[in-house]
Amino acid sequence: MARIYEALAEIVGKEYISDQAEELFIYSRDPGTMDPKKPDYVVLPRTTEEVQAVIHLANREKVPVVPLGGGLALSGLSRPLKAGIVLDMKRMNKILEVNEKSRYVVVEAGVSQGMLQAYLKKNYPHLKHSIPDSPPAATIAGNVLIHGSGHLSQATGFHSEMLNGMEVVLPTGEICKVGSCSATPYWFSRAPLPDLAGLFLGWHGTTGVVTKLAIKLYPNPALKDVMIFLTENPDHMPDILFKVTGTEMVEDLNVSATQLPDYMEGLQLTLIYVTANTSDELAFKERTIRETLRSYIDEKEGGFMVVPTFAKGRFLEAPLREMTKFSDTKKGGGFEYVGAIMPIELFPKAYRKGVEIAAKYDTPYSMAIRIIGRAHCMMFAYAYAFNRADENDRKNAQRALHESNTVALEMGGIPWKAEEPAQQLILKQMNPETIKLMNKIRAVLDPNGIMNPGNWEVR
Amino acid sequence: MEYADIIHRCFRCGYCKFTREYQDFNCPTYRKFWFETYSPGGRMWLLRAWLNGEVQSSKRMAEIFYSCVTCGNCVEHCALDFRDNLVDIFVAARGEMVEKGLVLPPVRDYLKNIRIHGNPYKEPQQERARWADGLGIEQYAGQEYLLYIGCVGSYDERGTKIARAVASVLKKTGLSAGILGNKEPCDGNEVRLLGESELFQEMARQNITMFKELGVKKIVTLSPHSYNAFKNEYRELDGNFEVLHYTEALNRLVEEGKVSFSGLNETVTYHDPCYLGRHNDVFDAPRNILRAIPGLALAEMSKIKKNALCCGGGGGNFFTDIIGSGEGAPGRDRIREALETGAKAVATACPQCAKMLEDAAKAEGVEDRIKVMDIAEIVEAAGMRTAAD
Repeated sequence: MARIYEALAEIVGKEYISDQAEELFIYSRDPGTMDPKKPDYVVLPRTTEEVQAVIHLANREKVPVVPLGGGLALSGLSRPLKAGIVLDMKRMNKILEVNEKSRYVVVEAGVSQGMLQAYLKKNYPHLKHSIPDSPPAATIAGNVLIHGSGHLSQATGFHSEMLNGMEVVLPTGEICKVGSCSATPYWFSRAPLPDLAGLFLGWHGTTGVVTKLAIKLYPNPALKDVMIFLTENPDHMPDILFKVTGTEMVEDLNVSATQLPDYMEGLQLTLIYVTANTSDELAFKERTIRETLRSYIDEKEGGFMVVPTFAKGRFLEAPLREMTKFSDTKKGGGFEYVGAIMPIELFPKAYRKGVEIAAKYDTPYSMAIRIIGRAHCMMFAYAYAFNRADENDRKNAQRALHESNTVALEMGGIPWKAEEPAQQLILKQMNPETIKLMNKIRAVLDPNGIMNPGNWEVR
Repeated sequence: MEYADIIHRCFRCGYCKFTREYQDFNCPTYRKFWFETYSPGGRMWLLRAWLNGEVQSSKRMAEIFYSCVTCGNCVEHCALDFRDNLVDIFVAARGEMVEKGLVLPPVRDYLKNIRIHGNPYKEPQQERARWADGLGIEQYAGQEYLLYIGCVGSYDERGTKIARAVASVLKKTGLSAGILGNKEPCDGNEVRLLGESELFQEMARQNITMFKELGVKKIVTLSPHSYNAFKNEYRELDGNFEVLHYTEALNRLVEEGKVSFSGLNETVTYHDPCYLGRHNDVFDAPRNILRAIPGLALAEMSKIKKNALCCGGGGGNFFTDIIGSGEGAPGRDRIREALETGAKAVATACPQCAKMLEDAAKAEGVEDRIKVMDIAEIVEAAGMRTAAD
């Protein structure tokens, strides 16, 4: 152990490695419900070469390596299931390049959502990236790699679809580039090359350590507004979402359904975000959207909520601080959600299951749905707040989450950024040949099995 | 421990580490050490684990808590309802460490020196007013204001220069004020922040009694740390004085047209001291003074006011230096931010900040490119004029 510690200290500097009880405690857990798993070391690399040296060492010593971004997935993905080295990537925090005309940015893997947002606001106010509603400490890389979604996902898809390329330290230590950057000085696209990005997306750090990546940027219109459409019948939701996305005038589209406060129970709030460069354009878009939903209004099946100006701010904020406040629902500092990816026609069933599961576990239901890519699918989140100081309550939320994962799969959805137990549920019903392919890929890439072992493993 | 019923409510979301617009991490210890343990959220989770017995007392645990500079950035940016208590929680944790005898040697030495000598410098009380030699500053004898200097202004080499500048400027304005001279006691602000609340209360009660016996109604302070203690902490112990920082007193005179300046051709940036700015919302008075100086161009840093980065001296670190030096030291970061503005001088209004930043400029090797000056020193250089002139 001392030998490994000394070798790691030699690589990153003694200030940036710890095997102390305090760091091992904090890095053994995330804010969600999953049980802690202790690492042996926490290491803070500054460069790709340092990451490479750590990987070489890990191979020599057969020590697991677990990359960590913001640590805010909530599903325990950065817990070292089989101990080893946690690589906290946040010191690699340089914004390397903005290509204004081709609208992309190249960043190191530790750059946070908040820092990129602020950097663009200051230096390129006409450009923006898709901001998830996770706190600003979430990293760009982490969110892309888990197939995250955000404020531009309705228009442009998962954040992994906004990835142009990346630099990866492979499990055997080679520094590899993926996308146009592998053959040119530009990071403009993954096409037209064989798309190797899939070797790293959604794998939960089991196939390498991403050290740099490029993501697409988008125009940032001057005006932004939110319209809120209220309904009380979840059966209408697929049609409403289909119609609204069909207007091609919506930047972001979410649905919120919560049991608390009492007066919100039974309602579905469709939050329709519209952007424009002029007030005329904004008015036209909002008028069009209203007309699209006219039949629901005429039949008294729904209506637009009057949102006072003072209340709009909290809906228009990016990221939404309100999401974090959900953790304080029980004055207990904890929440986790199952964000199941599923087709929008499953909305009514998914909604009713959410109400049912929450009642079973004696907790208020809270569901948040983000529409991905013009309703090609949706991320349907079942959120459960819990009291961190009450072990029974944490376990209760854990069970509710597991049942939500099970139900999502039974309905035809797939749990997103699945906890290790949920990964097992997915693998259980996955095509066996797909599993074989995954195993073959890992065996080739990671012959010593050092990368985040315990994830995506068939028991 | 006080607040033990709320520490589990931290979600560890990390808003506390940033500025309001998220342009940068702004928690000085997180920026310095980069381990989550050194972030406010990490401290909250560790504290709970420590109180529950999940992690044991250790030197590192003490370092994690005593490196906090109590700058209040976390209080400002936390997304949750208990945000106002964050610094108080960390101070309460230090209190637990004091009670259990777990403090680090520099903290122990600081508290010991206060107990034995009445100041952290181990200097004799009869030397306390030496800073004022030759200035002709009046002793307090019922003037409108008590001018309170504090330990740093009384004994520190850099602090005494600032004390002389502040006292001279105020004297010239004709402000009715006097000092306590060799009778001036320590205000106790850092004693409280280092977790010795009982000693602080003892000191504060004695000081309140003394001030009342002398008939003090209004206090003007040199240091934002004293200002904070008198304005916020003494009040809870029935010490109800009208308290001003000297920049507030001076700014009033500027606004009333009672003082003006010949001018100073200099580009200056301003560093907000945490205990003047974030803790007490005094942002404008120092800036107004600078803006009133003809020829002076105020070039603001990217992180100012509630988003200002601490110099690294708060929470007792000016004396204990648990946060330590090196390239990632907050003072050096702040000097780099000041240099980005193109300013030739960084102004501040706190002797602790001035010393921390001056040392940081030397460590960065840029002391010839940027000077660190107290507002009072700038005012002197700008040729302050009063009606008497």
